[in-house]
Amino acid sequence: MSSGSVPEFRFKAGDRVKVRKAYPLGHIRTPYYIRGLSGTIERLCGEFPNPEELAQMRDGLPPVPLYRVRFLQKDVWPDYRGAPQDTLDVEIFQHWLDTP
Amino acid sequence: MSEPGKYQPYSYFQLMEISLRELLVEKGVLTEESIRAEVQAMRGRTPERGAGVVARAWVDAEFKKRLLENATRACESLGLELPGLKLVVVENTAEVHNVIVCTLCSCYPRMLLGIPPDWYKSRNYRSRMVREPRTVLSEFGLELAEKILVRVHDSTADMRYLVLPKRPAGTEGWSEEKLASIVTRDCMIGVAVPLLH
Repeated sequence: MSSGSVPEFRFKAGDRVKVRKAYPLGHIRTPYYIRGLSGTIERLCGEFPNPEELAQMRDGLPPVPLYRVRFLQKDVWPDYRGAPQDTLDVEIFQHWLDTP
Repeated sequence: MSEPGKYQPYSYFQLMEISLRELLVEKGVLTEESIRAEVQAMRGRTPERGAGVVARAWVDAEFKKRLLENATRACESLGLELPGLKLVVVENTAEVHNVIVCTLCSCYPRMLLGIPPDWYKSRNYRSRMVREPRTVLSEFGLELAEKILVRVHDSTADMRYLVLPKRPAGTEGWSEEKLASIVTRDCMIGVAVPLLH
């Protein structure tokens, strides 16, 4: 990430997104169970210092856009036993999201 | 729990806490007094703060609207100080039931609910609430009909979550104070609903 650049929100509420399926080392706030799955942007949460950088004692700047992404439980767990419309919302930073 | 008066060696994390605290005091970053005051303030924050917010939202539709749009700002308008808290309030309705978990650690709106219960931090709750929420809720004594949508919120980054429970029938005309008395911590995490006694 180039320093000093103003981060832009690449997605808006309602957009379909896919979580990156990657397993880098470090302090990652994207849960394992959601990597590689597709969901819908529920809302934009704002911009926050990158926790992956903060954990390395750096300033985490420029801040990174953060989203809440809504997944259908039956897409997350193939054997999900609840109702088919049940959902799971997860906060995910922009650099973990791609267009499906 | 150890027996009172029985000698227990310090655990790794207790030793880390003591070492760090003593170093911070020795280097003049904090004082023993400021640490004691902060621990006291932390213990002074109880779920009654959150219950007051819920009761206000139940009686004041305009406040509820602002609470769902920008919860931090709405709470501050009640005079609550929430330093650093980015709060999202999610509303239970006849169709939707919300529940909060933090699978990565134990993120929790401490400014409104105080110190989290031990079960909230357990691996059991954290791993199973996202995986089989209806089963976990039933273990808390909450059976939800199939037609009610269950919405789990995994608090993975900078936001903190509070459930706005559905106001129970039979509370018409109640004062805000009386309404707040039926809003428990567990209702605001989403593992229970307010009950009339």
